[in-house]
Amino acid sequence: MTSTTKVEERTLDSLLRLDRLPHIWCPGCGIGPAVGCFIRAVEDSGLNPDKIALVSGIGCTGRVAGYVKLDSFHTTHGRALPFATGLNLGNPDLNVVVFSGDGDLLAIGGNHLIHAARRNMDMTIICLNNFNYGMTGGQMGPTTPLDARSNTSPYGNIEYPFNVPYLVAASGATYVARWTVLHARQLEWSIAEAMIKPGFSFIEVLGPCPTLYGRMNKQPKGMDTMHHYQEKSVVKNGADPKDVGITAEGPIVVGKFVDIERPTFWEQCKLVIDRAQAKKNE
Amino acid sequence: MLGSKAGTQILDGNHAAAVGAKLSRVQVIAAYPITPQSPVTEKLSEYVEGGNLKAEYVAVESEHSALAVCSSASLVGARTFTASSSHGLAYMHEMLHWVAGTRLPVILACVNRAIGAPWNVLNDQQDSISQRDTGWIQIYARTNQEILDSVIQAYKIAETVYVPVMVCYDGYILSHTEMPVDVPSPRDVDSFLPPYKPHTILDPANPRNYNLVTLANPRVNAEGVLCHGYMEIRYLLQEALQNAGETIASVGREFGGLFGRSYASMLWEYSLDDAEIVIVAMGSLAMEAIVAADTLRDEGHRVGVLGLRVFRPFPKSDVVTALKKARLVVVFDKNISYGSEGATCSEIKSALYGSGANAVIRNFVVGLGGRDIKARELAGAVNKSLPALKEGVLNDEYPEWICHI
Ligand SMILES: Cc1ncc(C[n+]2csc(CCOP(=O)(O)OP(=O)(O)O)c2C)c(N)n1
Ligand code: SF4
Ligand SMILES: [Mg+2]
Repeated sequence: MTSTTKVEERTLDSLLRLDRLPHIWCPGCGIGPAVGCFIRAVEDSGLNPDKIALVSGIGCTGRVAGYVKLDSFHTTHGRALPFATGLNLGNPDLNVVVFSGDGDLLAIGGNHLIHAARRNMDMTIICLNNFNYGMTGGQMGPTTPLDARSNTSPYGNIEYPFNVPYLVAASGATYVARWTVLHARQLEWSIAEAMIKPGFSFIEVLGPCPTLYGRMNKQPKGMDTMHHYQEKSVVKNGADPKDVGITAEGPIVVGKFVDIERPTFWEQCKLVIDRAQAKKNE
Repeated sequence: MLGSKAGTQILDGNHAAAVGAKLSRVQVIAAYPITPQSPVTEKLSEYVEGGNLKAEYVAVESEHSALAVCSSASLVGARTFTASSSHGLAYMHEMLHWVAGTRLPVILACVNRAIGAPWNVLNDQQDSISQRDTGWIQIYARTNQEILDSVIQAYKIAETVYVPVMVCYDGYILSHTEMPVDVPSPRDVDSFLPPYKPHTILDPANPRNYNLVTLANPRVNAEGVLCHGYMEIRYLLQEALQNAGETIASVGREFGGLFGRSYASMLWEYSLDDAEIVIVAMGSLAMEAIVAADTLRDEGHRVGVLGLRVFRPFPKSDVVTALKKARLVVVFDKNISYGSEGATCSEIKSALYGSGANAVIRNFVVGLGGRDIKARELAGAVNKSLPALKEGVLNDEYPEWICHI
């Protein structure tokens, strides 16, 4: 007798703007799978999609805002976090998610990132790191590994990149994780967990950019990069963020690195208002 | 290597700008990528890292930083270059004022692109026009040859008058279109453009303070010298721009003598001698206008073209001379000063005021966000303006738009 496993059918359609498809992403790009994980995470989380707002900056990843059937905001390059902060404070009931690229969040928007983390703004950041500025044609940025090639480092990058989880953890984020798009399940659960958790949650998602970064770094197909992830990834939940920096050769440490409690900006606001009110009533 | 050989080459506009910077022996380049400027930065980083250009290339984290790097590098005596477009240029706004205020000869290639919201990566000139009042000289190229030539001349102009220069060219129409370009030899460019001599220099042996808080009125410093107040410093920048026209023309004339392509005028003139109708345009549109003028001449109208090569300083007296005989002036703007009219039209009107010229002036806003504008549409707009000439209505309060509303 053969036993059959019943596979639960899940469709992503409910939260996608199908009228906008086909999307602009290249075959083998990592952004699509990351969006898939996000949408399943929204379903897993049990959160009401009407109460979720998604903000993107500019870049290939920035296009996510246009494809999801949620209240979404496609902002200017680097300013996703200030826009998200406004949304969050204007309507604290909203669950605010920022879905943007490494260049957007760490280069031109780097200052906002550390300050939003420092304030412990109540939001979830999904940072798709493809190690370059994809949209503008594959130039190096602050996450490009040392020696990696790009259109502005044709002979190898001379700059040391950010260790992103270490940066955001040091800035005050209360939830920090990193997955690759190969770790689809873990990524999905991690996004759901991060969205439910109050405070500043940051998930770095490594995804292939075969058209630009991959092509210039001996991974011309999306699958090449997926194989690279498979070979080089090591899951180390609870790893000290300072030890998870990425090099071109690997290893790639993935996992949940930080999960701590700290009052959010909004909680601090309420506290100070209560204190001021109490003084007035004395 | 492509781009370093002298002689005719097929180059797109971005490549021409990069070759111009290379031939000018720039020493510090700082840039952040943006469509359609990105290939300029890629070419330059390739020259630098391939050892073909002795310069530092700084892949900064934003445009604001790009201009900050250029300004301090310029202060310690380096020849500097950056490039941007649209939102990138807008993000530089603070530093644009700062560089001009410090009187640094930084050169910026602006690859003209529309500005959001909503997002659009295609061409118009709203980006550089929005930076009109930052104190930069603005030169607009009509062809890829002019891009290369203008970058080289820009250094000589900027380093003579100590005002930064923005070399503007239309995104895609020029930046991504290949044309034959005559590339001068490095030796000839060296003889035209001597090494950069800064007006003042930050030097540990002779420490100075730069850009301190400056009061409104002149003040005596610690050494007893009466120093300018803020307003006098502003006056000097205006004076430098007012006088820059002579330098721009003489540099262009000298360039012509050496390379056979003269830039002795701040304007481009086509068939103006007997023209009673003049089309005014800036950038690549001025080339399109030539086709329109020819068509209209075939239809029996006496039409010429006035191309604005330099927008800042605005060549008022040259414009007056060029338009002296015109009875109808049709100005096309790829920009809009909201609530008023196209920026170049305002300039033309202001130049003509009090000059005795009595031309009918019509303004059309065209080509925003990459909307295609063809010679026949330009000709159509001129035809549409002819009744105004008969009726003698000199001015319209607001421009007409060539669009679907
Ligand atoms: C102020 C400004 N500067 C530059 C740009 C051009 N630009 C658009 S996207 C982008 C980089 C995107 O990189 P990343 O965030 O890593 O996204 P990816 O395309 O790799 O997903 C840049 C530089 C812009 N839109 N605005
Ligand atoms: S350029 Fe790279 S990041 Fe952009 S869609 Fe293509 S593969 Fe994805
Ligand atoms: Mg990226």
